[in-house]
Amino acid sequence: MSIDTGFTDADAARLFAPATAPLTTADAAALDRLHQRLAEDARSKGALDVAYRVVDSPLGKLLLAATEQGIVRVAFALEDHDAVLQLLAEKVSPRILRVPARLDAAARELDEYFAGTRREFDLPLDFRLSRGFRLSVLQHLPHIAYGRTESYAEVAQAAGSPRAVRAVGTACATNPLPLIVPCHRVVKSDGSFGGYLGGTEAKRTLLSLEAAA
Amino acid sequence: MEPRKPFEAIVQEHGPTVLRVCRAVLGPHDAEDGWSETFLSALQAYPELPPGANVEAWLVTIAHRKAIDLVRSRNRRAVPVEEPPERHSRLGIPDDGQAELLDAVGQLPPKQRQAVAYHYLAGLPYKDIAAIVGGTPDAARRAGADGIKALRTVLAAPLLTGGTP
Repeated sequence: MSIDTGFTDADAARLFAPATAPLTTADAAALDRLHQRLAEDARSKGALDVAYRVVDSPLGKLLLAATEQGIVRVAFALEDHDAVLQLLAEKVSPRILRVPARLDAAARELDEYFAGTRREFDLPLDFRLSRGFRLSVLQHLPHIAYGRTESYAEVAQAAGSPRAVRAVGTACATNPLPLIVPCHRVVKSDGSFGGYLGGTEAKRTLLSLEAAA
Repeated sequence: MEPRKPFEAIVQEHGPTVLRVCRAVLGPHDAEDGWSETFLSALQAYPELPPGANVEAWLVTIAHRKAIDLVRSRNRRAVPVEEPPERHSRLGIPDDGQAELLDAVGQLPPKQRQAVAYHYLAGLPYKDIAAIVGGTPDAARRAGADGIKALRTVLAAPLLTGGTP
């Protein structure tokens, strides 16, 4: 072995190999513990603006995100959860952490909804991602009863702009709170399903679920 | 300019490295306090971090300050005890040698320890390290080289003296 003729990158890689090795189980457990502590500290210091979790559902994985005010976003896997989180970072705040406990109530109510035992959601909602006419549309949607549907034209009328039928379609297509704000209950006047954020198949599943319960 | 990522992505990406740096600089017992204070402080300041900033250097800067604060507050509260506090084992732990390596880094004098941890564990250039610890980049580089020299002696020792039967 040479005596200090310089310390090369290869030497460094060898010397520090143990520190750059993949995480051990103990490291992973330590980081989990630290993550949880960070979430608690952040909450008590008011430094957490958005908490989220991902839950399984019959429609695939759902992202649930909440601010201090309430649920701010529900997203289907089809929408790309990473992209949705990035958009929340830009539009709401980048102070975002995965804190499953903060979304326990929402997860439970969605479970009950999919099991057919819940007809209305009782959760605080944060509508900050919607404005103007789209917001009026979203605020009308919970008035469409479980198991019933309305046409885009009927919703336009109810939201105060009978001629804004296409705008109702846009409001539904950009609903930040699908399922909880039931845009799936808005269908075409001819009775066909119309588009849906989570895919037409998801819309069909939801309407059959509500018809059967 | 790249927009700021959700902070969760920052924790996932840099959490393990910051933990290793904290273990090397603070030792195994205070490392988790150092990590927690670093990330809480980073979360609070995150909206003001300029987009496109070097996140790793920013986190190590915070960790460096938090480590100094922690050591100061420990020293203030320190009272003489009969038994020395339980120290991390100096014997090689038969897992991956990481604890042994980080412990050896932890035995270096502060300047060397910081230079080695920030350069070799966090991957920061000496220019950034000088900005964090003070002094010139050359001084940081020398501290790193001296630290490596000492580290190689310490880590090689068991091989020279232990021997296999």
